[in-house]
Amino acid sequence: MAASTDTTAATPSSTLRHASGNILAFFILLLIGVLAFSIRLFSVIKYESVIHEFDPYFNYRVTQFLTKSGVYDFWNWFDDRTWYPLGRVIGGTVYPGLTLTAGTMWKVLQMLNIPLSVETVCVFTAPVFSAFAAWATYLLTKEVKGIGAGLTAAVLLAMVPSYISRSVAGSYDNEAVAIFALIFTFYLYIKTLNTGSLFYATLNSMAYFYMVCSWGGYTFIINLIPMHVLLCIVTGRYSPRLYIAYAPLVVLGTLMAALVPVVGFNAVMTSEHFASFLVFIIIHVVALAYYIKGILSPKMFKVAVTLVVSVGLVVCCAVVAVLIAVVASSPTKGWSGRSLSLLDPTYASKYIPIIASVSEHQPPTWPSYFMDINILAFLVPAGIIACFSPLSDASSFVILYIVMSAYFSGVMVRLMLVFAPAACIMSGIALSEAFDVFTRSIKFYAFQAVDTVSASTVSPQNNVVETDKKEDVLKERPSRKNKKKEKETVEKPLKKSETEKRPLILPVEASAIALFLTVLLGAFYVVHSVWAAAEAYSAPSIVLTSHTRGGLHVFDDFREAYAWLSHNTHVDDKVASWWDYGYQTTAMANRTVIVDNNTWNNTHIATVGTAMSSPEKAAWEIFNSLDVKYVLVVFGGLVGYSSDDINKFLWMVRIGGGVFPHIKEPDYLRDGQYRIDSQATPTMLNSLMYKLSYFRFVETDGGKGYDRVRGTEIGKKHFKLTHFEEVFTTHHWMVRIYKLKPQRNRIRGKTKKSRSSKTSSTKTRTITKKNPWH
Amino acid sequence: MGKSTVTTKDDAHALFHSLRAAYSATPTNLKIIDLYVMFAVFTALIQVGYMAIVGSFPFNSFLSGVLSCVGTAVLAVCLRIQVNKENKEFKDLPPERAFADFVLCNLVLHLVIMNFLG
Repeated sequence: MAASTDTTAATPSSTLRHASGNILAFFILLLIGVLAFSIRLFSVIKYESVIHEFDPYFNYRVTQFLTKSGVYDFWNWFDDRTWYPLGRVIGGTVYPGLTLTAGTMWKVLQMLNIPLSVETVCVFTAPVFSAFAAWATYLLTKEVKGIGAGLTAAVLLAMVPSYISRSVAGSYDNEAVAIFALIFTFYLYIKTLNTGSLFYATLNSMAYFYMVCSWGGYTFIINLIPMHVLLCIVTGRYSPRLYIAYAPLVVLGTLMAALVPVVGFNAVMTSEHFASFLVFIIIHVVALAYYIKGILSPKMFKVAVTLVVSVGLVVCCAVVAVLIAVVASSPTKGWSGRSLSLLDPTYASKYIPIIASVSEHQPPTWPSYFMDINILAFLVPAGIIACFSPLSDASSFVILYIVMSAYFSGVMVRLMLVFAPAACIMSGIALSEAFDVFTRSIKFYAFQAVDTVSASTVSPQNNVVETDKKEDVLKERPSRKNKKKEKETVEKPLKKSETEKRPLILPVEASAIALFLTVLLGAFYVVHSVWAAAEAYSAPSIVLTSHTRGGLHVFDDFREAYAWLSHNTHVDDKVASWWDYGYQTTAMANRTVIVDNNTWNNTHIATVGTAMSSPEKAAWEIFNSLDVKYVLVVFGGLVGYSSDDINKFLWMVRIGGGVFPHIKEPDYLRDGQYRIDSQATPTMLNSLMYKLSYFRFVETDGGKGYDRVRGTEIGKKHFKLTHFEEVFTTHHWMVRIYKLKPQRNRIRGKTKKSRSSKTSSTKTRTITKKNPWH
Repeated sequence: MGKSTVTTKDDAHALFHSLRAAYSATPTNLKIIDLYVMFAVFTALIQVGYMAIVGSFPFNSFLSGVLSCVGTAVLAVCLRIQVNKENKEFKDLPPERAFADFVLCNLVLHLVIMNFLG
């Protein structure tokens, strides 16, 4: 960044300087890519090369299917191993960008005779794409403020903790590629805006297509760009370049978005996209107005305006009224639940418990800003100020981007991810401007000291101009283009740079100290980022570790349980668990699940929630009606794993109660408090979840039954299960698997004839597959 | 009231005349592009009218039909902007390059349309 300007300024010839500067920038970029890749490998080094968390397992499973069966089978894939008995159309309900990318990468590697497993490719997709994202940030910031700012922003993005949290090796989720696509789309938009080239407009719509393929967050793009266009029009910055950047994007982008099955006609039917169409119409009107203004004399134009305004106003009002009426007549006003919760932060918790129950949909806390973007939070305002001098189309876009993403990140923790690149760009601009001023003033003084008055008067002037060369050439390109009409002499920028430079010279001591402090600030950021990457965000959450006095202790219970399931149960057995574990069960144990993390059917989830909250017998009936053979619960009471099912239990009650009103939340609360000790309500103590979690728990610590997560002794210690039997409990009791007892034990032969025959057949099957734990 | 309508009528006439005069000065190649744009918009309007009468049942067909017309028009307008000598901003851009971009963009557009039509 600063180094590049330093060294480049030193070389004499301007072409040579440009060349060496470019080479230097290239190598810096290469190193940034390496940095972005390698900082995300902590999870592989500290744990192992595994897929993380929940959603990545599903993506991994889809990728496996894709590589095995090909693209066409993937599009038509109906998955019968999940959402039993409904199944799920995978091809039409996933954003295919990530899986197609990883699948293509795998295929290319196979063609090159590099025999990597699909899992390895999936694990390393996210780090590779974060390197791409860093390069895209460089390009975007370069368009806004020049190479120096671009390189700084790329460095910052390569290790911004917020982005690391979603893209460590193994975090194989949509965001991994989507952030790259987001930044790259913005870059191409800015590039089109700066050059007015239709070629870049085409590329832009293709990048947008990739973004639509990758992530639902594409609605951010299709709302932000129209907003920027509108902003430009309102502030009188309309130019033909704006038209070329925007109008083809809307048409091509809409068509391409409609090609993605999961979006389909939503691309023209839902109101998330209406803003773009509205602005599309507006820009045409404006373009026509500007065109007519160009060919008419000012006086005639005024006449035309008064004519058109008087007629057009009436038509406009009518159209808008009709539009509002149409949109308002639909029940959700045409917005989907997730988007509505963006606009009204309280919407989800009020109406959709299933959205509110996901922790990443909660609003963030203040410390999480500091944790996730660290010093960038302080640099952003400086960057915004730097963007205002001079304000170009590109810099106004970046300002709009940061303002909007700051709002959205305040609504939903997950969208911090969209905010982070904007913060990096702004901070990159701020830092590079600061470096620019400091180094320039130091150089100025150094130059004055060395150079005597007798030296030629031309050369210092030249040198001074050369220091500014890049900024002048690159960042003021759009503004200069406008001025080209008036003056095209070299004198103008030369003079301008001189006048501009004068107030920016600081005292040499002050700038030296400030330079040192800025570098120190950057160093803190690096330290924090590395710490975040190594300690905070690398845990795969299926393998847990804890540091005890005896050293590192590994909890590998999840994989133990899933391996048990895959080895000891029949391949067609159905496993019920809370939806969090659905993806992992299908991917790792290869067993059919009732609900999973794709929460598309609220009723189905509510059924499982109801079963978990019901007493044993009722739960057994619900599960039996769903053909469930095994029930899996996650229990952290023994080792203190806090995100277990007991802690999630209230959500099960809420979601279950939302559909089946006989489940009432107050029944599970004692005086509004959620407790599992002796003060707990009998409904709570008799619920299936309680029983499955705490069955035989007293045996672990000699009759006390002390729950380490809740920090109390459990309320009901000794009880027997009548309808379920324990078949497997993992080493640390984190996963407990129960089997539904066969029906023969309780039916007294009155009803349910059909069902008894079914159970008898399944019973014989389970006998043949008798598990070794009994 | 009557006087104001008369003045607006006069104004409209004057406006119309000056518009015509101004437009007749545009080069022929731009006029051809204009004709092309008009044709595309007109086709789109016909399709919308057809949709209003018959219904939009194969919605993807309707959508691709209309959007291909709109897209063609938009791209032609872009081309017109770029090859227009009046636009100082695109002085550096040779018309051949502009046309090549235009063809590329059209290719992409119609590839997408063909995919979507089915």
